[in-house]
Amino acid sequence: MHQFTIEPLAGTENWELAGFNIAFTNSALWMLITVVVLGIFVAGGMRRQVVPGRWQMMVESFTGFIDDMLEANIGKAGRKYVPYVFSLFMFILFANVLGLLPLGVVGLHPFTFTSHFTVTGILAVISFTIVLAVGFWKHGFHFFSLFVPHGTPWPMIPIIAPIELISFMVRPFSLALRLFVAMMAGHVLLEVLSSFVISGGNAGPLYGVAIGIPSMVLMIAICALELLVAGIQAYVFALLTSLYINDAENLH
Amino acid sequence: MPQIAQLAETWSSQIFWLLVFFGITFFFIGRLMVPRVMETVALRDKQIGDDLAAAQAARDAADEREEAWRARENENRAAAQALIAKAKSDAALANEKKLAEAQARLDARLSEAEQRIAASRDEAMGEIQTVAAEAAQDIVQRLAGIKVTKPTANKAVKEAMIHG
Repeated sequence: MHQFTIEPLAGTENWELAGFNIAFTNSALWMLITVVVLGIFVAGGMRRQVVPGRWQMMVESFTGFIDDMLEANIGKAGRKYVPYVFSLFMFILFANVLGLLPLGVVGLHPFTFTSHFTVTGILAVISFTIVLAVGFWKHGFHFFSLFVPHGTPWPMIPIIAPIELISFMVRPFSLALRLFVAMMAGHVLLEVLSSFVISGGNAGPLYGVAIGIPSMVLMIAICALELLVAGIQAYVFALLTSLYINDAENLH
Repeated sequence: MPQIAQLAETWSSQIFWLLVFFGITFFFIGRLMVPRVMETVALRDKQIGDDLAAAQAARDAADEREEAWRARENENRAAAQALIAKAKSDAALANEKKLAEAQARLDARLSEAEQRIAASRDEAMGEIQTVAAEAAQDIVQRLAGIKVTKPTANKAVKEAMIHG
């Protein structure tokens, strides 16, 4: 569990803003690294060549991917959310992948800040706030009709509406918990398997071969799976955000 | 689980730095850089679309020009055919005329020749008659000693010649 520990860096543990502690921690450092790497990545796609190079092609395929997703889910009005959903998707994706990098080999300690529900929670709250803001700004109090699905018989409304309300209010929690749990579980699994390899090796050559090698093989396979999960969770977060924005934008 | 164990001491810092760095991501990358990337894509798509449209237009123009050429060619061919037909009919007409002329000339000469022949035959006939009448006068004078006048001889000769 040490890999999830937040540690203030370079004597900043007493930094405060309006009475709140804002220590620059390893979590904040990896957010900074994520932003820098993402910035470099996107900047490489801004060469604006008519015939794109590989890097530009890669960046354009990401923006095109988000653009297509928003257009498919929301329609033409979805284009204005591209900056937000792109930022969200790429920020989470880069954080997940950077957290998976085997930098421990060279003595650095990668920190996956998306495995903290404080972080995923804030991202979910931002998405949810955008949904509420768009919904009320576009539809006013009519937005509450979201809780009455189209075609509900009127005697069912008193039962359906609270269920819809609850499912709506659960959205930010499910959004935040899904990402946090997926990232945390993956890292814990890798840690458990690697501890099998080390403990097996320490227990003797026989255990090392019998336990260590299968665990190692499994760990390599799960590393591939974790890379997949890193992408999928970022995609799911962005996709659900776009679906929720669609609810607000189009109201059924 | 540090996420819960450290919650009280780290939540404010987590929130603060996340807002700072996600804000940077949103405002600098999402709002500034991404639209430019997408603009490039849109520009390229537009250029490709324009190029395709231009190619289509060029093809249409080529088709049109070919059609026009074909029409002109057909026209020219028809004109040539008409010219040939006219020349043919002209030639045939001229031939006919020439042939008719030649025929007429030949006919004229033929009839002239016939006339000439008839005239010479008549003349010859007349001469024969005269000669025959004179001979008859002579013969009658020598045999019968009767002097026959020339018109009588002539008449007799004529009768004999007609009856054979």
